[in-house]
Amino acid sequence: MKSSAAMSLKDAPVSTKRRLFLKRWNAPVAGYLFISPWLLGFLGLTAYPLILSLYYSFTDYTLLEPIHWVGTKNYELIFTADSKFVTSVKVTFLYVLASVPLKLIAALLVAMVLNRAVRGIGLYRTAIYFPSLIGGSIAVSLLWRNIFGVDGIFNKIIGAFGFEGKGWITSPDTALSTLVLLTVWQFGSSMVIFLAGLKQIPAELYEASAVDGAGRFRQFFNITLPMLSPVLYFNLVMGVINAFQMFTSAFVITNGGPMNSTFVYALYLYERAFSRYQLGYSSALAWIMLVMIVIATLIIAGTSKYWVFYETEPEGRNGK
Amino acid sequence: MTFKWKPLVRHFFMILFSLVMIYPVLWWIGASLKTNGELASPNIFPSVPQWSNFVKGWNAVPGHTFTDFYLNTFALEAAVIAATLVSSTLVAFGFGRLNFPLKNLWFSLFMLTLMMPGQVLIIPQYALFHQLGWVNTYLPFIVPHMLAGGAGGTFFVFLLIQFVRGIPKELDESAKIDGCSWFGIYFRIVMPLMVPAIVTVTIFCFLWNWDDFLGHLLYLNSVDKYTVSLALRMINDSQSAQEWGQLLAMSLVSIIPATLIFMFLQKYFVEGIATTGIKG
Repeated sequence: MKSSAAMSLKDAPVSTKRRLFLKRWNAPVAGYLFISPWLLGFLGLTAYPLILSLYYSFTDYTLLEPIHWVGTKNYELIFTADSKFVTSVKVTFLYVLASVPLKLIAALLVAMVLNRAVRGIGLYRTAIYFPSLIGGSIAVSLLWRNIFGVDGIFNKIIGAFGFEGKGWITSPDTALSTLVLLTVWQFGSSMVIFLAGLKQIPAELYEASAVDGAGRFRQFFNITLPMLSPVLYFNLVMGVINAFQMFTSAFVITNGGPMNSTFVYALYLYERAFSRYQLGYSSALAWIMLVMIVIATLIIAGTSKYWVFYETEPEGRNGK
Repeated sequence: MTFKWKPLVRHFFMILFSLVMIYPVLWWIGASLKTNGELASPNIFPSVPQWSNFVKGWNAVPGHTFTDFYLNTFALEAAVIAATLVSSTLVAFGFGRLNFPLKNLWFSLFMLTLMMPGQVLIIPQYALFHQLGWVNTYLPFIVPHMLAGGAGGTFFVFLLIQFVRGIPKELDESAKIDGCSWFGIYFRIVMPLMVPAIVTVTIFCFLWNWDDFLGHLLYLNSVDKYTVSLALRMINDSQSAQEWGQLLAMSLVSIIPATLIFMFLQKYFVEGIATTGIKG
């Protein structure tokens, strides 16, 4: 039917054709058909589960027994009588506050150095990106467990420089730092993003400011940082959201220990939900996690007007 | 003279730094050929290469070999990638090209789901899939990807939308005037032009599902259905006296697919990461 309507247009003048055509971008039925996979997924696998989990969080749901409404009891228990909750929140905040800034700073610094080195940039980029290619896998977590063990090579290497080795993973003081290091080691993907951002900054800006007598530091703070701030912002938000959910390495390398020093929030969620099958209680934990992530994101968004600089239009959410 | 020293110093530090970054991986390759006693040595090269680490590791799970786990993982990957490519290109065309009522509302909600922390949904989704009898099947991975979700699903749609928006509309216009249907425009005009973005999506879809651990841990209970990441965890947990050589050998094999993809398709990586800011 559509084709016959279009055929009859062949005799119409070009301008009419074009106007009629633009109207046709309106495709109410086709539009919904095309987005229907996402729409179904959004309603069935995101919105509905989200509401379901809010409901669960006010029940004693265990997957096997009949469900009972318990009101705000889960939340009261979490906030007043759950020391493991307090521990896991502390550990998670420490991890987020350490890993996200360190990773971004490393990525930015190395990107700036690489941006200047014209020759061999591809080779360096490959070597530095490679850890983030494989770093999220359980394989690398196992490798890390070996390297930083009591008999691991890390102790041997620092021993050669006269430092005393220890069980980095088995000591509560350093176990979390070992996991942070694993995360920071994977700064390569952020670096590639920054590198792309740096390439977008017009060279004239630097040239003009050099003529005006600006030094390296002034240029960094007045040109590089503002021009890169939308990309930085995007990476900061996504980095925080991801760091809050850190699971694999804590599960595989330390399993929350020693003495709960790496007991991140996601591990606690997993323990309550899938070791003890307390789906009601863990749903309350999950909602608290969501609220924490939303608050963290809003705080970053709130400060963004002071430090995120948009050249023409606010289109920074895609990191461009 | 000093003028010429600077780049040299910079390269020296970059080489040093790159070596530090990549040293754990180089050591890993050597370690996979070492005996347990030799593992504590920072030396990359084993004195006598223990090729048996690979053979023993491959058979370390009783009743199975890693061949089974690789076949499982590749089958799962094939299904997930096929599902993702169909659903994400359709949705991207809808959002990127067409106008329909409430589009802005849906698109805002779509952008919100991009930032949705997946772990908040794990529990209710598990309850849902449990009720449907999908636990210990691959459906909890395949169905979300059919609906443009799953690991990274919304990111792929986002990447493709950006790409669709960059394709000149004049091409569709003339096709439309020639009587092409919307599906025809999607399939015959936009799809062929999207190939570079589709390659990027395929790569990242493969990698993220390969690295997925929590999802596999939750939904796959029987060893018959185990993927490589679960099998690795199983050897790690089951061996009382840890055979590190075998474990590191099998771990090393598990990163070969990602490494090969990276080596041969590097330009798609850089473009994919740089244009959308997706994590690698």
